[in-house]
Amino acid sequence: SPQIVWSMLGNRQFCSYKMTTKTQNFCRNEYNLTGLCNRSSCPLANSQYATIREEKGRCYLYMKTIERAAFPRRLWERVLLNKNYEKALEQIDENLIYWPRFIRHKCKQRFTKITQYLIRIRKLTLKRQRKLVPLRRKIERREKRREEKALVAAQLDNAIEKELLERLKQDTYGDIYNFPIHAFDKALQQQEAESESESDAEREEEDDEDVDKREFVEAEDSELSDFEDMDKLETSSEEEQEEEEEVEKKALHSKSKGKTPLKGPARRKRPYIEIEYEEETEPTSKTKAA
Amino acid sequence: GGGDGGGTAGPGGAPAPARVLFPPTFSVSEIKNKQRRHFMFLRWKQQQRKEKLAAKKKRKKEREALGDQAPPKAIPKTIENQRVYDETTVDPNDEEVAFDEATDEFAPYFNRQTVPKILITTSDRPRGRTVRFCEQLATVIPNSHVYYRRGLALKRIIPQCIARDFTDLIVINEDRKIPNGLVLSHLPDGPTAHFRMSSVRLRKEIKRKGKEPTEHAPEVILNNFTTRLGHSVGRMLASLFPHDPQFIGRQVATFHNQRDYIFFRFHRYIFKSEKKVGIQELGPRFTLKLRSLQKGTFDSKFGEYEWIHKRREMDTSRRKFHL
Repeated sequence: SPQIVWSMLGNRQFCSYKMTTKTQNFCRNEYNLTGLCNRSSCPLANSQYATIREEKGRCYLYMKTIERAAFPRRLWERVLLNKNYEKALEQIDENLIYWPRFIRHKCKQRFTKITQYLIRIRKLTLKRQRKLVPLRRKIERREKRREEKALVAAQLDNAIEKELLERLKQDTYGDIYNFPIHAFDKALQQQEAESESESDAEREEEDDEDVDKREFVEAEDSELSDFEDMDKLETSSEEEQEEEEEVEKKALHSKSKGKTPLKGPARRKRPYIEIEYEEETEPTSKTKAA
Repeated sequence: GGGDGGGTAGPGGAPAPARVLFPPTFSVSEIKNKQRRHFMFLRWKQQQRKEKLAAKKKRKKEREALGDQAPPKAIPKTIENQRVYDETTVDPNDEEVAFDEATDEFAPYFNRQTVPKILITTSDRPRGRTVRFCEQLATVIPNSHVYYRRGLALKRIIPQCIARDFTDLIVINEDRKIPNGLVLSHLPDGPTAHFRMSSVRLRKEIKRKGKEPTEHAPEVILNNFTTRLGHSVGRMLASLFPHDPQFIGRQVATFHNQRDYIFFRFHRYIFKSEKKVGIQELGPRFTLKLRSLQKGTFDSKFGEYEWIHKRREMDTSRRKFHL
């Protein structure tokens, strides 16, 4: 009789469907109505019991009565429920008429939950499905290794530098840069070697200043003089370039976060490039100092 | 420890004393004792190295002795040298290819009829790294906008993009908080390339980097795209950037293909003289590996694939590359 069954399984002895956690006991039986291990929801300990289960999107009402307790094969009677929610509820009511209130209530609750999740499944399948593609460990390792080797073989910096120099040679930059072309005029080269070395030195100075070193130059009043000088520097490309570099350096400088490493005794407040002017003013400053 | 070659079970027979060369029939792998086997192997290795060194010295002496008549130095074999010849390698003078390129989907870009406008987005729910990477990529590519995905279907985004005049769509796929894939789709009905992205470095992770990239249009360098497939991919990547670079910006974006890996770098250069150029890396860097190239816009089910990477067929030889 069910009381004996419950007193054995429920409390004292072992029930294989029972799962205990810190706060609650669960029942793993497929026919369980609520999923908890209780006296009233144990399908083994109640001779009159009903559940709702769904298979392939259709819901069925399973019922068990005392009369069939001796026939395990025919124990659970199955009724297919209507697809319509209200009609199915009526069906449950009509099948479980005169059954205990608890079971009827729980059946309807369970049925509601099941239909809700079925609706959600159908909605989700219409949306984009994310497809999980398994990673293959060997292949990943192989690819990584090959990538490293390719990186080493590529020698990116050299390749980029070579390409840029090629482009310079082929005159894609026009006359922004004032480098004399090798193929022609060696004499001119020599002649310009002096001016070039000057300008190169200056440029290199600038570069150094740009990158790291700063030289001590008298810090004149910033913006006014800069603008003045920018006006004056107009025509020649060199000056253009200086101007551009100036502008850039100004921009760069304004963006610097003050993390530049310490250079020399003094640092200029702003990048200052009028080289021609330097040459002019230096002697005057020297004379002043003297 | 045993200093002699005793205890060998090989057909060599007589145990060899320490200083003598190993008899040719002796094999290190026949010793059962692991310690001794290891020891013998090390000795064998040392001997091989000595022989090699001696041979080298001899060759060098011979070469010096011959002087001018010495045969030219042998070119070392590299994987690039030994590459299996790909029949789709593009000849620079090929007319067919030139004609193709004049009429493909990028012709309007190369004829300067269209200005590139890029939409950058991610897969659902991007994590911090991906978001930052997208932002940096947007600074690198001029005229690009980043939009959050928010679970929208690509098929619905694409018509909207076309309506708003975007020319390219970049989707950065993310896995476990790092970006690992890139889908590049040329919009008005253009090809879609799907890349696997690896070793992504954000700007702060790059050592010795410079300031932020400015708004100037960078130059583009495409290296090593030799085959027909490589050509189309190269054109696709080039069409992301405005056709006329601003040289005052002195920025250059490089796509370098090496053994089917496309390395992307973004540098600022400066010419120190006509023979020397200094480059400074700014901007993110990543490597791409082409997975598939599809003819139309992004359509995973019904699209017509021009090229898919099939591991079993294409990865059979170590000297064979497709780009």
